[in-house]
Amino acid sequence: MFKLFEPNKIFKITSKAPKYVLFLFIVVLSVGLVEALFISPEDYKQSDAVRIMYVHVPAAWISLGIFSSITLLSICGFVFRNKNFFLISKSLAPSGFVFNIIALVTGSIWGKPTWGTWWAWDARITSMLILAFFYAMYLIVWRIYDKEEKVYKISTFITIIGIINVPIIKYSVDWWNTLHQPASINILSKSSIHSSMLYPLLIMTAAFALFSLLIFLMKYNTELIKIKNKGLDRL
Amino acid sequence: MINELLFMNGYAVYVLSAFSFTLISFLSLYLVTKMQFVREQNKFAAKFGSLTNEQANSAKSQRINKEILANVTNN
Repeated sequence: MFKLFEPNKIFKITSKAPKYVLFLFIVVLSVGLVEALFISPEDYKQSDAVRIMYVHVPAAWISLGIFSSITLLSICGFVFRNKNFFLISKSLAPSGFVFNIIALVTGSIWGKPTWGTWWAWDARITSMLILAFFYAMYLIVWRIYDKEEKVYKISTFITIIGIINVPIIKYSVDWWNTLHQPASINILSKSSIHSSMLYPLLIMTAAFALFSLLIFLMKYNTELIKIKNKGLDRL
Repeated sequence: MINELLFMNGYAVYVLSAFSFTLISFLSLYLVTKMQFVREQNKFAAKFGSLTNEQANSAKSQRINKEILANVTNN
């Protein structure tokens, strides 16, 4: 089954897809920005500061999602002895890292008007910062080591240790008394967020997901061409 | 009306700086990734140009190489 997804076979699609994804991203982001900045209502407690949620929450969700995917793909790479899984993981990491930084910075900006401070060593924020370190270590490993097998082993080890932090991030607001508010959106039970705020949030999440797909495709194509460049050297 | 929207009850500086930071990060990541992609593509085209006819034919037998070259001319 994995042969269907071999780089040689899917390059035709992955090389053409970015321009369509970019177009779709611009459209969805434009709608999302109008909804988030102008149409959605202000919060009765936080007033207009709540609008920061429309960039902060999707960025946090996607950075967590990408890290979980990287871990799963790295493990699959080892189990199925397939390099393509590692290539996909490596291509996903930069956007995951940037989303993590966006979540931290926008969270800090949101903290000032709501908590009165830019930073607090609160469980949720600290665990998100730790995730950023794991992302950084993962990216650095790919840069500093040349031997593929060594990179695969060390990067997978980092993701396996790092994934322990993901449920801690998710449940930190329930396990400890934190400044951070508990989750307003639940998949299994009724969400406490009103639809007038939920829809813009979902639109912005879709825009962010499209952006990470765009960066993934561009990065994946770059990695494939790098491999082909090495192939030409061997001719 | 527009002033009210832009003032955001005094929170505009926080809201707009959060959105600006996000959009600038997007743009930077996009540009860096695009630059890396174009650089590798050009490197590939240059290497391909320096191959002998025999090597070029051998390389062209792989569909992915043809695709990369086609994209170089499109960009």
